[in-house]
Amino acid sequence: MIAALICVISIAAFLQFFVSHCRSILAASRSVELSDRVREVTGVAGSDISADDFHRLVQLVHLCPEQSDDQVDIRAVGTYYSILRALSSFCSKLIPSASAWADQERQKCSYFAAVALDRRISYSRDLLVQQTVERL
Amino acid sequence: MLGPVDYMLWLAGFLLEFYVVVSSLVRGEFKKYLTLNIYMLCAAFVTSGLFFVYHHFGFESRSYFYYYYYTDGLLYVLMYFVVIHFYQQVFAEMHVSRYIRGAAVILLLATAFFSYLVVHQTPEHLTSRFVVELEQNLNFVGVILTYLLWASLLKLHETRARLVQLVLALGVYFSATAGVYALHNLFPVLENYGLRWVPPLLGTWLPLAWAYTFTRVPEESRLLTAAFAMKAR
Repeated sequence: MIAALICVISIAAFLQFFVSHCRSILAASRSVELSDRVREVTGVAGSDISADDFHRLVQLVHLCPEQSDDQVDIRAVGTYYSILRALSSFCSKLIPSASAWADQERQKCSYFAAVALDRRISYSRDLLVQQTVERL
Repeated sequence: MLGPVDYMLWLAGFLLEFYVVVSSLVRGEFKKYLTLNIYMLCAAFVTSGLFFVYHHFGFESRSYFYYYYYTDGLLYVLMYFVVIHFYQQVFAEMHVSRYIRGAAVILLLATAFFSYLVVHQTPEHLTSRFVVELEQNLNFVGVILTYLLWASLLKLHETRARLVQLVLALGVYFSATAGVYALHNLFPVLENYGLRWVPPLLGTWLPLAWAYTFTRVPEESRLLTAAFAMKAR
């Protein structure tokens, strides 16, 4: 009985800690304004990034030269996104409010991916400038 | 018998634990996160010692069992001080460090006493049973303490991004470990279906998450207040 109670409490606490941890990673990207360059590349107008854009944006991120320090973030957010997508499809008919919350979170994940793409594009441009200067 | 994945997790855990301490020293923050660094340093030594004991005595030996549980028990006590350190950081402005320390010592002694009460009816192998029971209880107390700490962070609208991420990583570690212990007690058969991989993975998770936080999140980094308040909903 005690083991069952500990199990339920621990799993509930784990889910809450995990979600909060992922959200704290996402929160850092929310203050970053997307550049016109990345809006042009991704075809994003205004501040509207669709929740379903995540995988497309991550694919674009992987096309850019790798920046060693953002790989862990992208993987962690990718896992969070997959969980949210499963939650969203599971709750769409049973609990619409939970599904709406999951979609909102997925949108934040997409925004995070767009910010990561923006950083990588800037990094690539810096590399190109650096190489051009070295050749001259 | 341990396989290549076990060795990889062992090595990754050791390197990450060592990395956290070295990066703290390089940034001159060793003293600021003293208990956390001592914990990581001890965890690195324990990991290398575990490897040594495994190679000399084998996985099924009593020596391995005793070494594993005794050192793990000691690490949990150290981890307990890390949680208390986080409490002191959160409540630093209220000048209640003395009370936090006092309450922590009482709670630790109470947990040890409760563990003794649970096992004292079976005098044979009392010490080994006590250390396992103490570890499980400290783990669950850790979940509760970290959860209360997280609630305090939300209530006080804490915006220090690094502190928030360190606490959340600890919460994930404690709650997942307590859940695994409870699942193991409820359904021992799950051990054959992947449950045995979870503790070593969790042992790597904590140094990985802390290494990430120390490397990527600067001390002065702040979370957006509104974004943070949203989490409380």
